[in-house]
Amino acid sequence: MTIKFWLNGKQIEDIIPDDILLLDYVRTKGCYSVKRGCETANCGLCTVLVEGKPVLSCSTLAARVNGKHVTTLEGLQKEAEEFGAFLADQGAEQCGFCNPGFIMNVLAMMKELNDPTEEEIREYLAGNLCRCSGFVGQERAIQAYLAKKKEEVSE
Amino acid sequence: MFHAKNYVLAQNLEEAWQLNQKKTNKILGGMAWMKMGKQNYQTVIDLSALHLDQIEENEDAFSIGCMVSLHDLETNQQLNEYFQGALKECVRHIVGVQFRNCATVGGSIYGRFGFSDVLTCFMALDAKVELYKGGIVSISDFASMPYDNDILVRIILPKKGKRISYQSMRNTATDFPVLAVALSFDEQEGWLISVGARPGKAVVLCWQEGTSSELSEVQIDNMTAYVLENISFGSNMRAKKEYRQHLCKVLIKRAVKEILK
Ligand SMILES: Cc1cc2nc3c(=O)[nH]c(=O)nc-3n(C[C@H](O)[C@H](O)[C@H](O)COP(=O)(O)OP(=O)(O)OC[C@H]3O[C@@H](n4cnc5c(N)ncnc54)[C@H](O)[C@@H]3O)c2cc1C
Ligand code: FES
Ligand code: FES
Repeated sequence: MTIKFWLNGKQIEDIIPDDILLLDYVRTKGCYSVKRGCETANCGLCTVLVEGKPVLSCSTLAARVNGKHVTTLEGLQKEAEEFGAFLADQGAEQCGFCNPGFIMNVLAMMKELNDPTEEEIREYLAGNLCRCSGFVGQERAIQAYLAKKKEEVSE
Repeated sequence: MFHAKNYVLAQNLEEAWQLNQKKTNKILGGMAWMKMGKQNYQTVIDLSALHLDQIEENEDAFSIGCMVSLHDLETNQQLNEYFQGALKECVRHIVGVQFRNCATVGGSIYGRFGFSDVLTCFMALDAKVELYKGGIVSISDFASMPYDNDILVRIILPKKGKRISYQSMRNTATDFPVLAVALSFDEQEGWLISVGARPGKAVVLCWQEGTSSELSEVQIDNMTAYVLENISFGSNMRAKKEYRQHLCKVLIKRAVKEILK
């Protein structure tokens, strides 16, 4: 079947197998940040934005993004690098495998929630699993990042 | 993951229904559950173009299209104001936001899963299920109907001024519930007590004593005793039957206290 959609701002028209998953498809387009971490829709590593909303690309048919805007980490380089530096400052990551999905969901959270509480942050990120850490470093990084963003707004 | 030869974006419900009459074809909800299987389908049928992703409100009821995502259910202000945050509470533990942006209300209710938080909550709200050919049926009747090839179009939540509380217990965050309880009260119908993840699918009972502003400890004990007598519980890898029975008492008490507040 044919789909026409936007991947990281670039319009693409393509012929795809009817049942290809968005995860596998965006990887054929060079978006290697999008990875499969589980077979059970639980890890969040495959998170991409469809029309700005975070979804699991391992549980979405590529056919369903016809006419829509899809964003992967590759399309959010600047924001990802900025937040990634906060993660690094806190020594929050070990192997880093969970990072792309985690960063995508943090960026989605920033858009959806205004001044989230600690509990809201934890709840929003509950679907991103990290096998190496206890999430404490990530939480510190998010708090520091949010504080910086607040400062920028009030300046 | 399943395989499908064809993907069809249905242009109307009749087309979707016709396609769904073939055993090897399948309606797609959010596909979060379907993708866990390895079936080979001839055609998967997408209802995304039918504007069924809307939550609408009129004087008598809320109408929730089958393609509304669980995250929309969680964040819809009118719905959560009217039902005191119960819908948010019933879905907020399900995996994560990205998952809840995929999984739909239609797929959750059509599936009639034993562990379903959504089914448990809707039962205490006396929801109705609108089927394309089967018309409007109560959710408890729907829960015991055999799986067929009809299409679940929307869920109707009547506005009866119910007070409601949703309670669940999980062994670990984001896992299936060990037990789920939804309790509601309105002047006409009295109490509705819905218990899910028993681990069988949710069932609902009525209870007529007391009111939402007054229920004595003895009446609460009578209510829990009635529930334990009339609802069966079982064991699985998450918990034993006896633990679920104990939890049921605790969750009912918590729900009553929240409603009495
Ligand atoms: C890892 C995981 C964890 C979960 N944890 C929980 C939990 O803790 N609590 C909870 O309540 N639920 C949980 N669920 C279930 C989940 O919330 C959804 O209920 C489930 O994914 C089904 O919704 P869906 O939209 O993905 O449906 P799909 O997977 O697309 O479909 C499920 C079934 O419904 C049929 N169907 C879909 N829509 C319609 C329709 N409109 N008309 C007729 N048939 C239809 C499909 O053909 C299919 O048979 C979990 C699921 C997974 C995969
Ligand atoms: S790959 Fe694990 S949730 Fe998608
Ligand atoms: S740092 Fe290794 S999985 Fe998160």
